[in-house]
Amino acid sequence: MTARLKKTAVSLTLALLAISVACTSYTEIPIETPIQPKLDVSAFQRIFIAGFIAGANEDVDANMETVRLLRSQLRNKGVMRVIDADTLPLLEVAKQSSGEANTPPAPDQQAVTPAQDQDKQPVINDEKDLEQYNHIFANVAYWKKIGEEYQQPLIVTGAVLFTPSQASGFVQREQETYDSFGRRVVVPIRTYMERKGFVLRPTFIFIDGRTGETLHSETFREQILYNANQQTPALSSYFELMDRLLPAFLNTLSAQKIKGTRTLLK
Amino acid sequence: MSSRHLVLALFLALASAPAAWADARGQAKEQVEFGIQVAQRGLWKEAIYRWERAAQIDPTYAAAFNNLAVAYEHEGQLSKARAAYEKAIALEPNNALVRQNYDLFKEINDRAAQKDGR
Repeated sequence: MTARLKKTAVSLTLALLAISVACTSYTEIPIETPIQPKLDVSAFQRIFIAGFIAGANEDVDANMETVRLLRSQLRNKGVMRVIDADTLPLLEVAKQSSGEANTPPAPDQQAVTPAQDQDKQPVINDEKDLEQYNHIFANVAYWKKIGEEYQQPLIVTGAVLFTPSQASGFVQREQETYDSFGRRVVVPIRTYMERKGFVLRPTFIFIDGRTGETLHSETFREQILYNANQQTPALSSYFELMDRLLPAFLNTLSAQKIKGTRTLLK
Repeated sequence: MSSRHLVLALFLALASAPAAWADARGQAKEQVEFGIQVAQRGLWKEAIYRWERAAQIDPTYAAAFNNLAVAYEHEGQLSKARAAYEKAIALEPNNALVRQNYDLFKEINDRAAQKDGR
Protein backbone atom coordinates (compact mmCIF):
# COMPACT_ATOMS: atom_id res chain seq x y z
CA MET A 1 0.00 0.00 0.00
CA THR A 2 2.77 2.39 1.00
CA ALA A 3 4.68 1.55 -2.17
CA ARG A 4 1.57 2.24 -4.19
CA LEU A 5 1.13 5.61 -2.51
CA LYS A 6 4.77 6.46 -3.13
CA LYS A 7 4.39 5.54 -6.79
CA THR A 8 1.32 7.77 -7.09
CA ALA A 9 3.12 10.66 -5.41
CA VAL A 10 6.12 10.29 -7.74
CA SER A 11 3.81 10.16 -10.78
CA LEU A 12 1.98 13.28 -9.61
CA THR A 13 5.23 15.15 -9.00
CA LEU A 14 6.51 14.21 -12.45
CA ALA A 15 3.24 15.27 -14.04
CA LEU A 16 3.34 18.63 -12.23
CA LEU A 17 6.96 19.15 -13.28
CA ALA A 18 6.09 18.35 -16.90
CA ILE A 19 3.15 20.77 -16.78
CA SER A 20 5.29 23.55 -15.28
CA VAL A 21 8.00 23.07 -17.94
CA ALA A 22 5.36 22.95 -20.67
CA CYS A 23 3.81 26.17 -19.38
CA THR A 24 7.14 28.02 -19.32
CA SER A 25 7.60 29.66 -22.66
CA TYR A 26 11.24 29.82 -23.64
CA THR A 27 13.59 30.40 -26.55
CA GLU A 28 17.14 29.17 -27.01
CA ILE A 29 19.66 31.70 -28.23
CA PRO A 30 23.33 31.42 -29.17
CA ILE A 31 25.68 33.75 -27.31
CA GLU A 32 29.38 34.61 -27.46
CA THR A 33 30.93 35.65 -24.18
CA PRO A 34 34.07 37.77 -24.60
CA ILE A 35 36.86 36.99 -22.16
CA GLN A 36 39.56 39.62 -21.82
CA PRO A 37 43.22 38.57 -22.31
CA LYS A 38 45.27 37.77 -19.23
CA LEU A 39 48.27 39.80 -20.38
CA ASP A 40 48.53 43.26 -21.87
CA VAL A 41 50.77 42.54 -24.85
CA SER A 42 50.30 45.89 -26.57
CA ALA A 43 53.98 46.72 -25.98
CA PHE A 44 55.13 43.78 -28.10
CA GLN A 45 55.06 43.44 -31.85
CA ARG A 46 56.78 40.08 -31.95
CA ILE A 47 56.57 36.80 -30.09
CA PHE A 48 59.29 34.20 -29.77
CA ILE A 49 58.37 30.65 -28.78
CA ALA A 50 61.81 29.90 -27.46
CA GLY A 51 61.41 26.22 -26.58
CA PHE A 52 60.57 24.11 -23.58
CA ILE A 53 62.28 21.80 -21.18
CA ALA A 54 60.57 18.52 -21.90
CA GLY A 55 60.86 14.84 -21.30
CA ALA A 56 59.12 11.66 -20.27
CA ASN A 57 58.05 10.26 -23.64
CA GLU A 58 60.23 8.59 -26.25
CA ASP A 59 57.62 8.72 -29.02
CA VAL A 60 56.85 12.41 -28.80
CA ASP A 61 59.36 15.24 -28.80
CA ALA A 62 57.19 17.40 -26.58
CA ASN A 63 59.53 20.39 -26.94
CA MET A 64 59.50 20.49 -30.74
CA GLU A 65 55.83 19.56 -31.10
CA THR A 66 54.78 22.26 -28.64
CA VAL A 67 56.94 24.88 -30.35
CA ARG A 68 55.51 23.97 -33.78
CA LEU A 69 51.93 23.90 -32.56
CA LEU A 70 52.07 27.20 -30.66
CA ARG A 71 53.82 28.98 -33.50
CA SER A 72 51.26 27.81 -36.05
CA GLN A 73 48.33 28.69 -33.76
CA LEU A 74 49.72 32.17 -33.13
CA ARG A 75 50.33 32.68 -36.84
CA ASN A 76 46.74 31.68 -37.61
CA LYS A 77 45.36 34.04 -34.97
CA GLY A 78 47.62 36.86 -36.12
CA VAL A 79 48.11 38.00 -32.53
CA MET A 80 51.71 39.14 -33.11
CA ARG A 81 54.51 38.49 -35.56
CA VAL A 82 55.84 35.04 -34.78
CA ILE A 83 59.63 34.78 -34.87
CA ASP A 84 60.71 31.74 -36.82
CA ALA A 85 64.05 30.88 -35.27
CA ASP A 86 65.73 27.79 -33.88
CA THR A 87 64.63 26.81 -30.41
CA LEU A 88 67.01 27.54 -27.57
CA PRO A 89 69.08 24.70 -26.05
CA LEU A 90 67.51 25.28 -22.63
CA LEU A 91 68.74 22.07 -21.01
CA GLU A 92 72.35 22.82 -21.89
CA VAL A 93 72.05 26.43 -20.78
CA ALA A 94 70.45 25.34 -17.51
CA LYS A 95 73.18 22.78 -16.91
CA GLN A 96 75.93 25.29 -17.66
CA SER A 97 74.51 27.99 -15.48
CA SER A 98 74.05 25.63 -12.55
CA GLY A 99 77.58 24.29 -12.98
CA GLU A 100 76.23 20.78 -13.24
CA ALA A 101 78.96 19.86 -15.71
CA ASN A 102 81.51 20.03 -12.89
CA THR A 103 79.55 17.92 -10.41
CA PRO A 104 80.32 14.21 -10.17
CA PRO A 105 77.86 11.90 -11.97
CA ALA A 106 75.00 10.38 -10.04
CA PRO A 107 75.69 6.85 -8.75
CA ASP A 108 73.46 5.21 -11.36
CA GLN A 109 75.27 7.02 -14.18
CA GLN A 110 78.81 6.27 -13.11
CA ALA A 111 79.31 3.47 -15.64
CA VAL A 112 78.55 5.80 -18.54
CA THR A 113 81.60 7.10 -20.37
CA PRO A 114 81.96 10.89 -20.77
CA ALA A 115 81.29 10.72 -24.53
CA GLN A 116 78.08 8.77 -24.00
CA ASP A 117 77.11 11.07 -21.16
CA GLN A 118 77.19 14.09 -23.45
CA ASP A 119 74.79 12.50 -25.94
CA LYS A 120 72.41 11.12 -23.36
CA GLN A 121 69.29 13.17 -22.74
CA PRO A 122 68.47 13.63 -19.08
CA VAL A 123 65.49 11.70 -17.76
CA ILE A 124 62.65 14.06 -16.86
CA ASN A 125 59.64 12.17 -15.59
CA ASP A 126 58.02 14.54 -13.17
CA GLU A 127 58.07 17.97 -11.59
CA LYS A 128 60.82 16.88 -9.23
CA ASP A 129 63.11 16.09 -12.17
CA LEU A 130 62.29 19.48 -13.64
CA GLU A 131 63.20 21.39 -10.49
CA GLN A 132 66.93 21.35 -11.25
CA TYR A 133 66.27 23.24 -14.51
CA ASN A 134 63.72 25.76 -13.28
CA HIS A 135 66.35 28.35 -12.39
CA ILE A 136 66.86 29.05 -16.12
CA PHE A 137 63.45 30.74 -16.28
CA ALA A 138 64.43 33.21 -13.57
CA ASN A 139 67.75 34.05 -15.24
CA VAL A 140 66.92 37.66 -16.13
CA ALA A 141 70.29 38.37 -17.76
CA TYR A 142 69.97 35.38 -20.08
CA TRP A 143 66.46 36.29 -21.24
CA LYS A 144 67.37 39.95 -21.64
CA LYS A 145 70.22 38.90 -23.92
CA ILE A 146 67.87 36.69 -25.94
CA GLY A 147 65.44 39.61 -26.09
CA GLU A 148 68.11 41.91 -27.50
CA GLU A 149 69.00 39.30 -30.10
CA TYR A 150 65.39 39.06 -31.35
CA GLN A 151 64.36 42.73 -31.12
CA GLN A 152 62.75 42.56 -27.70
CA PRO A 153 59.85 40.22 -28.28
CA LEU A 154 57.50 38.58 -25.83
CA ILE A 155 59.26 35.29 -25.08
CA VAL A 156 57.32 32.12 -24.37
CA THR A 157 59.13 29.26 -22.69
CA GLY A 158 58.51 26.77 -19.89
CA ALA A 159 58.33 23.04 -19.42
CA VAL A 160 56.22 20.29 -20.95
CA LEU A 161 55.73 16.92 -19.32
CA PHE A 162 53.96 14.30 -21.38
CA THR A 163 53.81 11.09 -19.40
CA PRO A 164 52.03 7.76 -19.84
CA SER A 165 49.44 7.07 -17.16
CA GLN A 166 47.35 4.14 -16.03
CA ALA A 167 44.19 4.03 -14.03
CA SER A 168 41.72 1.38 -13.11
CA GLY A 169 38.36 1.75 -11.51
CA PHE A 170 34.66 2.02 -12.11
CA VAL A 171 33.61 3.90 -15.21
CA GLN A 172 30.10 5.05 -16.02
CA ARG A 173 28.96 4.43 -19.56
CA GLU A 174 25.64 4.31 -21.35
CA GLN A 175 24.12 1.04 -22.48
CA GLU A 176 21.30 0.64 -24.94
CA THR A 177 18.56 -1.82 -23.96
CA TYR A 178 14.94 -2.52 -24.93
CA ASP A 179 12.14 -2.67 -22.39
CA SER A 180 9.23 -5.12 -22.33
CA PHE A 181 7.31 -2.92 -24.80
CA GLY A 182 10.20 -2.99 -27.27
CA ARG A 183 11.13 0.63 -26.61
CA ARG A 184 14.80 1.66 -26.80
CA VAL A 185 16.13 2.75 -23.43
CA VAL A 186 19.60 4.11 -22.67
CA VAL A 187 20.70 3.36 -19.13
CA PRO A 188 23.91 4.36 -17.37
CA ILE A 189 25.90 1.39 -16.11
CA ARG A 190 29.05 1.24 -14.03
CA THR A 191 31.77 -1.17 -15.11
CA TYR A 192 35.25 -1.85 -13.82
CA MET A 193 37.89 -1.02 -16.43
CA GLU A 194 41.64 -1.06 -16.77
CA ARG A 195 42.58 2.10 -18.61
CA LYS A 196 45.77 3.66 -19.87
CA GLY A 197 46.59 6.93 -21.51
CA PHE A 198 48.64 10.06 -21.05
CA VAL A 199 48.97 13.12 -18.86
CA LEU A 200 50.09 16.43 -20.30
CA ARG A 201 51.44 19.00 -17.86
CA PRO A 202 52.74 22.10 -19.60
CA THR A 203 53.92 25.23 -17.83
CA PHE A 204 53.94 28.30 -20.04
CA ILE A 205 56.18 31.14 -18.92
CA PHE A 206 55.84 34.55 -20.58
CA ILE A 207 58.99 36.66 -20.39
CA ASP A 208 59.43 40.32 -21.27
CA GLY A 209 62.19 40.40 -23.89
CA ARG A 210 63.02 44.00 -22.93
CA THR A 211 63.80 43.29 -19.29
CA GLY A 212 64.18 39.50 -19.08
CA GLU A 213 61.59 39.35 -16.34
CA THR A 214 58.73 36.89 -16.08
CA LEU A 215 55.38 38.52 -16.79
CA HIS A 216 53.09 35.57 -16.33
CA SER A 217 53.26 31.85 -15.72
CA GLU A 218 50.57 29.24 -15.99
CA THR A 219 50.48 25.48 -15.49
CA PHE A 220 47.86 23.17 -16.96
CA ARG A 221 47.09 19.50 -16.49
CA GLU A 222 45.09 17.40 -18.91
CA GLN A 223 44.65 13.65 -18.90
CA ILE A 224 43.27 11.20 -21.43
CA LEU A 225 42.51 7.55 -20.73
CA TYR A 226 41.56 4.78 -23.10
CA ASN A 227 40.47 1.20 -22.73
CA ALA A 228 43.62 -0.82 -21.99
CA ASN A 229 43.15 -2.82 -25.23
CA GLN A 230 43.00 0.30 -27.39
CA GLN A 231 46.20 1.22 -29.20
CA THR A 232 46.32 5.00 -29.56
CA PRO A 233 49.52 6.62 -30.84
CA ALA A 234 51.17 8.89 -28.30
CA LEU A 235 51.36 11.75 -30.80
CA SER A 236 47.61 11.80 -31.45
CA SER A 237 46.97 11.78 -27.68
CA TYR A 238 49.40 14.67 -27.32
CA PHE A 239 47.49 16.73 -29.92
CA GLU A 240 44.14 15.86 -28.38
CA LEU A 241 45.33 17.08 -24.99
CA MET A 242 46.94 20.22 -26.42
CA ASP A 243 43.69 20.98 -28.25
CA ARG A 244 41.91 21.19 -24.90
CA LEU A 245 44.24 23.76 -23.42
CA LEU A 246 45.06 25.84 -26.47
CA PRO A 247 42.10 28.24 -25.96
CA ALA A 248 43.37 29.00 -22.45
CA PHE A 249 46.90 29.57 -23.79
CA LEU A 250 45.67 31.88 -26.56
CA ASN A 251 43.47 33.71 -24.07
CA THR A 252 46.64 34.82 -22.29
CA LEU A 253 47.52 36.93 -25.31
CA SER A 254 44.25 37.83 -26.97
CA ALA A 255 40.57 38.16 -26.14
CA GLN A 256 38.60 35.00 -26.74
CA LYS A 257 34.93 34.54 -27.44
CA ILE A 258 33.33 31.55 -25.82
CA LYS A 259 30.37 30.28 -27.79
CA GLY A 260 27.39 28.82 -25.99
CA THR A 261 23.62 28.61 -25.87
CA ARG A 262 21.33 30.08 -23.23
CA THR A 263 17.61 30.02 -22.63
CA LEU A 264 15.55 33.20 -22.74
CA LEU A 265 12.27 33.11 -20.80
CA LYS A 266 8.99 34.85 -21.54
CA MET B 1 -17.19 58.60 9.25
CA SER B 2 -13.49 58.90 8.68
CA SER B 3 -12.95 55.34 9.82
CA ARG B 4 -15.56 54.21 7.28
CA HIS B 5 -13.64 56.05 4.59
CA LEU B 6 -10.43 54.47 5.74
CA VAL B 7 -11.93 50.97 5.57
CA LEU B 8 -13.33 51.74 2.13
CA ALA B 9 -9.99 53.02 0.90
CA LEU B 10 -8.25 49.96 2.29
CA PHE B 11 -10.81 47.70 0.62
CA LEU B 12 -10.37 49.47 -2.71
CA ALA B 13 -6.60 49.30 -2.43
CA LEU B 14 -6.70 45.56 -1.68
CA ALA B 15 -9.21 44.92 -4.44
CA SER B 16 -7.17 46.78 -7.02
CA ALA B 17 -3.79 45.30 -6.00
CA PRO B 18 -4.06 42.09 -8.07
CA ALA B 19 -5.22 44.13 -11.06
CA ALA B 20 -2.28 46.52 -10.69
CA TRP B 21 0.07 43.58 -10.34
CA ALA B 22 -1.38 41.93 -13.42
CA ASP B 23 -1.04 45.22 -15.28
CA ALA B 24 2.62 45.56 -14.27
CA ARG B 25 3.32 41.96 -15.26
CA GLY B 26 1.58 42.52 -18.59
CA GLN B 27 3.68 45.60 -19.35
CA ALA B 28 6.86 43.84 -18.24
CA LYS B 29 5.98 40.83 -20.39
CA GLU B 30 5.63 43.08 -23.43
CA GLN B 31 9.11 44.48 -22.79
CA VAL B 32 10.52 40.98 -22.29
CA GLU B 33 9.01 39.68 -25.52
CA PHE B 34 10.24 42.68 -27.50
CA GLY B 35 13.68 42.18 -25.94
CA ILE B 36 13.73 38.58 -27.13
CA GLN B 37 12.84 39.66 -30.67
CA VAL B 38 15.66 42.19 -30.85
CA ALA B 39 18.16 39.86 -29.20
CA GLN B 40 17.40 37.27 -31.86
CA ARG B 41 18.39 39.90 -34.43
CA GLY B 42 21.65 40.54 -32.60
CA LEU B 43 20.57 43.89 -31.10
CA TRP B 44 21.73 43.04 -27.60
CA LYS B 45 22.02 46.62 -26.31
CA GLU B 46 18.39 47.28 -27.17
CA ALA B 47 17.48 43.95 -25.55
CA ILE B 48 19.28 45.00 -22.37
CA TYR B 49 17.32 48.26 -22.32
CA ARG B 50 14.02 46.37 -22.72
CA TRP B 51 14.78 43.80 -20.04
CA GLU B 52 16.02 46.46 -17.63
CA ARG B 53 12.70 48.26 -18.16
CA ALA B 54 10.82 45.00 -17.55
CA ALA B 55 12.74 44.44 -14.31
CA GLN B 56 11.92 48.00 -13.18
CA ILE B 57 8.23 47.64 -14.01
CA ASP B 58 7.92 44.26 -12.30
CA PRO B 59 10.81 43.52 -9.94
CA THR B 60 9.32 40.07 -9.20
CA TYR B 61 9.52 38.90 -12.82
CA ALA B 62 12.25 36.24 -12.89
CA ALA B 63 12.26 35.95 -16.70
CA ALA B 64 13.32 39.60 -17.03
CA PHE B 65 16.30 39.05 -14.73
CA ASN B 66 17.23 35.77 -16.42
CA ASN B 67 17.22 37.37 -19.87
CA LEU B 68 19.09 40.38 -18.59
CA ALA B 69 21.76 38.05 -17.19
CA VAL B 70 22.10 36.30 -20.57
CA ALA B 71 22.50 39.67 -22.32
CA TYR B 72 25.10 40.89 -19.80
CA GLU B 73 26.96 37.62 -20.32
CA HIS B 74 26.95 38.17 -24.08
CA GLU B 75 28.33 41.69 -23.54
CA GLY B 76 31.11 40.39 -21.25
CA GLN B 77 29.68 42.17 -18.17
CA LEU B 78 30.15 39.14 -15.98
CA SER B 79 29.60 40.67 -12.54
CA LYS B 80 26.31 42.21 -13.68
CA ALA B 81 25.32 38.86 -15.20
CA ARG B 82 25.99 37.06 -11.92
CA ALA B 83 23.86 39.54 -9.96
CA ALA B 84 20.99 39.21 -12.43
CA TYR B 85 21.12 35.38 -12.39
CA GLU B 86 21.16 35.38 -8.60
CA LYS B 87 18.11 37.65 -8.54
CA ALA B 88 16.29 35.38 -11.03
CA ILE B 89 17.10 32.31 -8.91
CA ALA B 90 15.98 34.07 -5.73
CA LEU B 91 12.65 34.84 -7.40
CA GLU B 92 12.18 31.37 -8.88
CA PRO B 93 14.42 28.92 -7.01
CA ASN B 94 12.90 25.88 -8.73
CA ASN B 95 13.21 27.10 -12.29
CA ALA B 96 15.46 24.50 -13.94
CA LEU B 97 16.06 26.65 -17.03
CA VAL B 98 17.42 29.57 -15.01
CA ARG B 99 19.61 27.19 -13.01
CA GLN B 100 20.94 25.62 -16.20
CA ASN B 101 21.84 29.06 -17.60
CA TYR B 102 23.52 29.96 -14.31
CA ASP B 103 25.57 26.75 -14.24
CA LEU B 104 26.83 27.40 -17.78
CA PHE B 105 27.63 30.99 -16.85
CA LYS B 106 29.57 29.91 -13.77
CA GLU B 107 31.89 27.73 -15.88
CA ILE B 108 32.89 30.76 -17.97
CA ASN B 109 33.02 33.10 -15.01
CA ASP B 110 35.32 30.75 -13.12
CA ARG B 111 37.71 30.72 -16.07
CA ALA B 112 37.73 34.49 -16.23
CA ALA B 113 38.18 34.73 -12.46
CA GLN B 114 41.13 32.31 -12.56
CA LYS B 115 43.05 34.48 -14.96
CA ASP B 116 42.34 37.60 -12.96
CA GLY B 117 43.78 35.83 -9.92
CA ARG B 118 40.55 36.46 -8.12
